[in-house]
Order: sequence, then structure tokens, then C-alpha cells
Amino acid sequence: MDLSFTPAEQAFRQEVASFLEKELPPAIRRKVLDGLHVSPQDTVQWQKILHRKGWGGPNWAKEFGGTGWDPVRQYIFEEESAAAGAPRLLPFGLKMVGPVIQRFGNAAQQQRHLPRILAADDWWCQGYSEPGAGSDLASLKTRAERRGDHYVVNGQKTWITLAQHANWIFCLVRTDPAAKPQAGISFLLIDMKTPGVEVRPITMLDEGHEVNEVWFEDVVVPVENLVGEENKGWTYAKFLLGHERTNIAGIGSSKRELARLKRVAAQETKHGRPLDQDPFFAARLAQVEIELMALEITNLRVLSAEAERRAPGPEASLLKIKGTEIQQALSELMVLAVGPSGLPFRREALDGAFAGPALEPPYAAPLAATYCNLRKASIYGGSNEIQKNIITQMILGL
Amino acid sequence: MHFNLTAEQQLLSDTVQRFLAKAYAFEARQKIVKSKEGWSREIWAQLAEMGLLALQVPEAQGGMAPAAVETLLTMTAMGKALLVEPYLASAILATALIRDLGSAGQQEALLPAMAAGEKIAVPAHGERGARYDLSRVATTAARQGQGWALRGKKTVVIHAEAADLLLVSARTGGGLDDAAGISLFLVPRDATGLRLTGYRTVDGQRAADVELAGVAVPADALLGAEGQAFLALQAAFDLGVAALCADAVGSLQATLDATIDYTKTRKQFGVPIAKFQALQHRMADMLIHVEQARSMSYLAAMKAASGDARDRRRTVSAAKVVVGQACRHVAQQAVQLHGGMGVTDELAVSHHFKRLLGFELSLGDTEHHLEQFVAANAARPA
Repeated sequence: MDLSFTPAEQAFRQEVASFLEKELPPAIRRKVLDGLHVSPQDTVQWQKILHRKGWGGPNWAKEFGGTGWDPVRQYIFEEESAAAGAPRLLPFGLKMVGPVIQRFGNAAQQQRHLPRILAADDWWCQGYSEPGAGSDLASLKTRAERRGDHYVVNGQKTWITLAQHANWIFCLVRTDPAAKPQAGISFLLIDMKTPGVEVRPITMLDEGHEVNEVWFEDVVVPVENLVGEENKGWTYAKFLLGHERTNIAGIGSSKRELARLKRVAAQETKHGRPLDQDPFFAARLAQVEIELMALEITNLRVLSAEAERRAPGPEASLLKIKGTEIQQALSELMVLAVGPSGLPFRREALDGAFAGPALEPPYAAPLAATYCNLRKASIYGGSNEIQKNIITQMILGL
Repeated sequence: MHFNLTAEQQLLSDTVQRFLAKAYAFEARQKIVKSKEGWSREIWAQLAEMGLLALQVPEAQGGMAPAAVETLLTMTAMGKALLVEPYLASAILATALIRDLGSAGQQEALLPAMAAGEKIAVPAHGERGARYDLSRVATTAARQGQGWALRGKKTVVIHAEAADLLLVSARTGGGLDDAAGISLFLVPRDATGLRLTGYRTVDGQRAADVELAGVAVPADALLGAEGQAFLALQAAFDLGVAALCADAVGSLQATLDATIDYTKTRKQFGVPIAKFQALQHRMADMLIHVEQARSMSYLAAMKAASGDARDRRRTVSAAKVVVGQACRHVAQQAVQLHGGMGVTDELAVSHHFKRLLGFELSLGDTEHHLEQFVAANAARPA
């Protein structure tokens, strides 16, 4: 047992840090470190910079144009990127559909889609949930009927993150209504520009437009866009969820947010003293910091186990639960830290280019919205209750 | 960065677990707890035989120090078995103090004998009113002839009755709360003027309150330099906290395992109660606590012997917080999920419950260590 990183891993960390220092555009860095909104253009620009360096696919094997990094290097990369203020890489292509196409797609699909994900030429979104199929995903109803060399898709998907920017969507669709729920599902790739695809925005509690409904009305999809075998989509969906949960703990970004919380608490006052010296606040902050320390080690334990057996295991559910609890706790402490200054709610001030009159203190502007926004974390990607079901079945064997 | 064990470490862990499973099964353990001495010299001799009493002894005296991973594995196995012998007090705390403060002569006289199981020494440091403050020492040592006279009261000295020697902290200078001015003395348990009031602790160990009514000890009873024992005490207790965390993780795992087994066999409404989601999610929460606690026991073990005192203290305090909260949650839930059986004396689970309470009250509770963590953070170099 040795919890220190090897000299090679430390050198790698240094390499990542100097790259970020040199290549991360300062305007983007500023937004991320201040908790402001990162634009789609920022995200694409950063992915393209990484791609030029050959780091566009940090979690992909070399044969698909990825870095071939082991889980520990992927973790170091994410940690350094988050600390430096790099935007989160879009997970839909890199962590979701990419690994599915690599594992189950055919050569034509791999050649067509994978390079465009790395180069940020395509923006993917995920068509899983439906109004009647949330945690019970297998009850989904969106129908794909085979007619010769194409499918005709009808139905409605919901909670589609950033679909308004996407040009491709990967969908779970029902191809055999007679089969048992899990057995009649297929995995389809759909061009968002196909006639009959409609994106309708959903406004969330932070008043942001992050998720959408996507409606399909007689959408014609060529059969070559079927991934793997017809009616085997559930297997691919489960595979995808496993990969989505790698680095789900969000250690790097939580460390960054903890540092921001400490900066905020040092500038706020209570009874005329800096808030970080208030014993009640300091205890709550320390509690989260300590849980994050523990989760970091738990995360490394899971990573080193994964490095040995090469597939994400059910322990990722533990990381998801604890990681999102910590993210939510940090965002809550952050808004509590500024007291009544958390009340002004000006969404326009979350835009890095906002030029209107700033309120004091400027760092308070995004805090309430972020707290509201992050309530999603314990709901998405398999709600934390579903994660507990997974732990119950897969780890505890109950 | 890896979590693998060497072949030797794996062998040690397997050996200890196999030994305890055989010699220290729950019924045997209960018999030991209820015996007159309240612990077993036979078991102690076997721990010595396996080399476990030498883990914190320097190589020069035939030991294995620092043996961080070996100590971690040993403590976790002992926690699982609810061991009540003076392992933490003698083989870790007192051994580390003698190792770090003792003269060559003192080390040579004591450490090999302690490693062989022939001598037991325990620290006698805590006092009523000090709570968990390490520097609050009211007991005094005054010069008397060539030696010293010790006066004061020590409370809850774990395994004082089993000890041949007490490592008594006493003030030779400074005020009540000063770190400077604390000295350590080697005091034979049967010294004149030393009185023990022994009892059992909630978790089945033996302990005693110790009264020192002018106990005379020679000049060479002083361990380390006069008035300079505090940093070594702090380091030894940090090592102890890390070891205690590992012990608790063993107990936590056993508690979770017992709860899973019980809910799989106990039937109500015609099905095993493990089928009820309200119970399943509680056990998932228990697992998360256990794994977070295990992670911190690793981190604490790796940092427990670090010379960077601030970083060491910050880490072991963080560990004690995470493990302490896990102990409270897992122990309370385990008893609840065992229903009526959980509140009987009959099953191991209620004894783990008491062990986990013992953990919370030993070497600083959760609140104390949360405070220590905040203090260590504040002292952090900018």
C-alpha cells in the first residue's frame, strides 16, 4: 500500500499543469473559477485545444484516438483540469456514446463518429428518459418501427441536457413491443436535423435552459444507425451507465469549489470577524472538507481496482451518492456564507460577458442559482435512491 | 499509488485473522471478558509469538517499526474480533513513547521484553477535567533527593492493572495547560503510594483510576528530557488514533456483515426482512460509512508516523471524525435492524455497539477532532 503518486505520475501531473497554465484561455478560466456560466463555444474551444494536443479523449484507448491513460492518469488529468478552471468536457460523446460505439458499434460507425467527437465537430445528447420512464427506464415507450432499410421513430424523450446545442442524439427506442420491457429495446443514433425532430426547452428552478424535451414524429432513421444488434439496447445502456459513472465523484471540481468557499468565507464577516473563524461555520466547512478527503481515497481505491479488472464496478454507485452529496453541501454552504447577499437573483450576471452594474460582493452573484441548479445532481445519472438499489443488489447481495 | 499488500503483509493479515477466528471466537472472547483478570495472558503470549507486539519496536531491538500497514491490518483484525488485551496501550502507545523518548539503556531494558510479552507498560496520562486536552496536566513531579516524588490523579488508565509499568505524565514546570513542562516517568505498578481503583469499561476492557500520593521514583525513571514530553505524547497519541481507527473499521465491517446476515435470515410477513427497501437503503448507507471509514483508516495509517506534525495531526483528526461518525451511524442502525435481538447481550452485535461507543470516547471524540482539524487548517502554511 502506498498512497503517494509515483514519480512518473507526479511528472505527468506536472505536465498537465503546465499545459493548462499555457493553453487554457484566461477568459474561460476566470468564468469557471468564479462559478459563472461557460458558453457552448467555450466548451467546444477547449475540446479543440485538447484535441490538438492529442488529449481529446482522456478516457479513450489509443486505437480510437484517445490518450490510453490508465484510470489514475485520467483522475490526475481531471483533478488538475478542475483546479486550473478548465471547463468540464462534454460527457455525452466522450463518456457515453463514444465508449458504446467503440465496444458495440461497427467499423463504419466508429470511423464516422469517433473522430468527430474528439474534434468537437459533433455535439451529442442523450435520449434515455421519458415522461413515464425515469428511474424505471426500461418502461420507455418511444417506438422505432423497421420499414425496409430504415426505422420510423415516434415518441418523446425528456430531460435532454443541452439538446439545444446538439446535432446528434443517441436514443433508447422500443423495437419489439411484445417482448419483456428490457428485451425489446434498441440503441439508435439519430441526426437532430432529420425532419420530425423537435427540441422544446424546459426552464429549471434556477431559471436556466439546460434541459429539453425532444419529440419525434415519424422520424426516418437509416438502419445503419442501429448500434449493435436490434433488441440488445438494454445491455449497451447498462454498459454506458457504468462508464458515465467513472469520475462521477467529481473530486477535482469539489476541491475547486471548496477552495472557492474558503475564499468567500474569508471575505465575509460575522460579529465583525471573518466568517471562516466562526466556530459554527468552520465546523460545517470542516465536515465537508473531511468527507471530501475520505471520498478522494475511496475514489482512488475504486480506480486502482478498476485498473486491475478493466471495467467500472458497482462501487461507482457509492462514489455517485457521496460525490453529489458533497457537491450539494458545498453549494449550500457557499450561498449561506454570503447571507442576505445571496438574495439578489440576476441570471444575466452569470454570463461572463455581463457588463451591467455589479452588486457587492461580485462573488455572490452565482451562488443561489448554483445551489438551486445542483439539486439535479442527486437525481440525474440514476437517482441516488437507484444507486442505493444497485449497492443493495450488487455489493450487499440482498 | 496502489492499495496492494506485499506477500508478507497478506500472510500476516491472514495469520492474525485465522488465529483470532479460532482462539477468539465470540464465546471465547466473552469468557475472557468475564474472567477475573478480564484479559488473557495466554492470548498475549501468542500475540508475542506471532511478532505482533514488536510492530512498533525499532529494528535495533528486534522489531519492525514503523510497520504502518502491518499495524493497520493487525488492528483491523483485532477490532473484528473485539480483542480486549492491552494491545493499543502497551504494544502501540507505550512502546512508541519508550522508543521515541527513552535512553538507549531504557529502550534496551524494556522494548525487547515488551515485544516478547514479558513486560506490559501503559501510558497514564488522562486526568479528570482535562477531557481530551493532551497538555492539561495537573499531576506534579517534584525533585526529592536524587529522584522525584509524583502527586496527582490519573483517570481511566486503560489496562493499568495489567501493566508492570505505568508511563505517568507529570508537570515539572509550566502552568496547567502548557505544553512545555510535561515530563514522563516510568513508575512500577506496585510502587509505594500508588493506588489503583480498577473497573471494566463499557467495551469490555479493563481500566483503572490511579492515585499517586507522593510516589518516589529514582532519577533514571525520567523518560526523555525533563519537561519535554509533550511532542512525543502528541505523536504517540496520533499513532494511537490511527490504530484505533483501523480497529474500529474491523468492528464496523463485522457489524455490517452481521446485520446483512441477520436480515437475510430473519423472516416477517413471510419474507426475509432484507427484502424491504426501507431496510436495504439503510444497509447501503451503512456500507458507504464503512468504506469511507476504511479509506480514512488507510490515509491515517500512512500519515501516522509522519514527521510533519501539522499534516499528521490534520489527517488523523479527519480520520477520527469520519470513523467516529461511521461508528455512531453503523452501530445504531445495526442494533435497530436486529430488532429485539439487537438489544440483548446475546449477540456479538451489541458488543460491537459498545466497542464503537468506546472508540468514540477514546483519544478524542468526533467533536474534539473536528476542532483539532479546524485548528490544523488554520495553522496551515499559506
